[in-house]
Amino acid sequence: MKRLDDAESRRLAMFWSGELAAHTTKPWRIMEICGGQTQSIVKFGIDQLLPPEIELLHGPGCPVCVTPLEMVDRALAIAARPDVIFCSFGDMLRVPGSTSDLLQAKALGADVRVLYSPLDALSIAKHNPHKKVVFFAIGFETTAPANAMAIQRARERGLSNFSALCSHVLTPPAMTSILQDPAQRVQAFLGPGHVCSVMGTAEYLPIAERYRVPIVITGFEPLDLLEGVCRAVRHLEAGESGVDNQYSRVVRPEGNRASQALLHEVFEVCDRKWRGIGLLPKSGLRLRYEYRAHDALHVFEVDDIVTEEPSECISGQVLRGVKKPPDCPAFAGRCTPEHPLGATMVSSEGACAAYHAYGRAPLPAARLTRGRAGAPP
Amino acid sequence: MCLGIPGLIISRQQEDDLLMGRVDFGGVSRKVCLEHVPDAQPGDYVLVHVGFALSRIDAAEAHKIFELLRELDQLTELEGEGEPEPARVLES
Repeated sequence: MKRLDDAESRRLAMFWSGELAAHTTKPWRIMEICGGQTQSIVKFGIDQLLPPEIELLHGPGCPVCVTPLEMVDRALAIAARPDVIFCSFGDMLRVPGSTSDLLQAKALGADVRVLYSPLDALSIAKHNPHKKVVFFAIGFETTAPANAMAIQRARERGLSNFSALCSHVLTPPAMTSILQDPAQRVQAFLGPGHVCSVMGTAEYLPIAERYRVPIVITGFEPLDLLEGVCRAVRHLEAGESGVDNQYSRVVRPEGNRASQALLHEVFEVCDRKWRGIGLLPKSGLRLRYEYRAHDALHVFEVDDIVTEEPSECISGQVLRGVKKPPDCPAFAGRCTPEHPLGATMVSSEGACAAYHAYGRAPLPAARLTRGRAGAPP
Repeated sequence: MCLGIPGLIISRQQEDDLLMGRVDFGGVSRKVCLEHVPDAQPGDYVLVHVGFALSRIDAAEAHKIFELLRELDQLTELEGEGEPEPARVLES
């Protein structure tokens, strides 16, 4: 199944490939939103199983990649304080700030800890009452419920030394922004399966209606992705817009209502800057006023942040699907996972890291022959 | 980073103000918050992200997703520092 190398998977892959070839009459551009989907597409060569008319564009669904530089610099400033234990998911440690990253800060003596769960930060706060414990709360809607639970319980337990540096982002506004971009090239979306397991599918309906696009909520196994593309193409060819749930075995239309209620209780929607993309209205979550005692932005005054992006990095265009990683002159040369210029080369879900990991050529990839199921790149 | 990892609930117990459980991820056991899947029992599979169960899923689906995540090298989130106290399995 995984590698498309057993007979049944190969048969199914050929079936979807054949369906696509039979139904595709003109060029279509389809964007997958989730970074996990991007990684799976590149690893298993899904894009190379498609008819030449269909182009897959990689979207901004890598939370590590889009966390704004100012927020990374702010994290570094807070982590450097001797009274702080700074807690983060491991993925953020190597994301470059303007001049450093959290891993370097740790090497220089900052107390930076990689946590499995934000709830673990509550125990650290309890056991270190004389320290300020700060959790770097990043992520999309899949990560937000865990972070919200930690923040809510910190407040209920009176853990006054716990705060969250909150930089959450939301999927639907990113899709809207891509569709509003005059240079936009996207005609259909593969929606993010695991995000929808929390949020449900309803919030994608207004986007599909307003912009007349099909949105196919899709899993991230190779056969899910092939089926998702096939469904999107059928809708495009038929001139249909709307929300189609390919991943119904995991995604219920209503999502997880308890998680949605908790998000609403702890967070409010705010404008958010996305790294490489810019300010997107109503695209983030911040702590509500009632939670300001646990808001690191309120607890720590960090001013005078002057950010500096490497001028050569085109990650912003990669995140919007305008360019692909091999279009960048620095790709795989001056920019590698060991020495990344931008965040899309750091996270395994970033398109640049995925292309690098799975050996995509540093020149625009020539399309391989169709129907190469069973021959992963 | 935004993907859930499927795991098997081994046990569940109330800890302070949270419904928690031991969840097995292909041999790696982690403490997981079960507050938002209150009906999930030991023996059920749940989709877990950063120590928080998001939904229940069936066993076949759980195995497929887990194998794919292993293939994609996406299980690293399980490597973070866990709970400070030693691991223990409690029956509810």
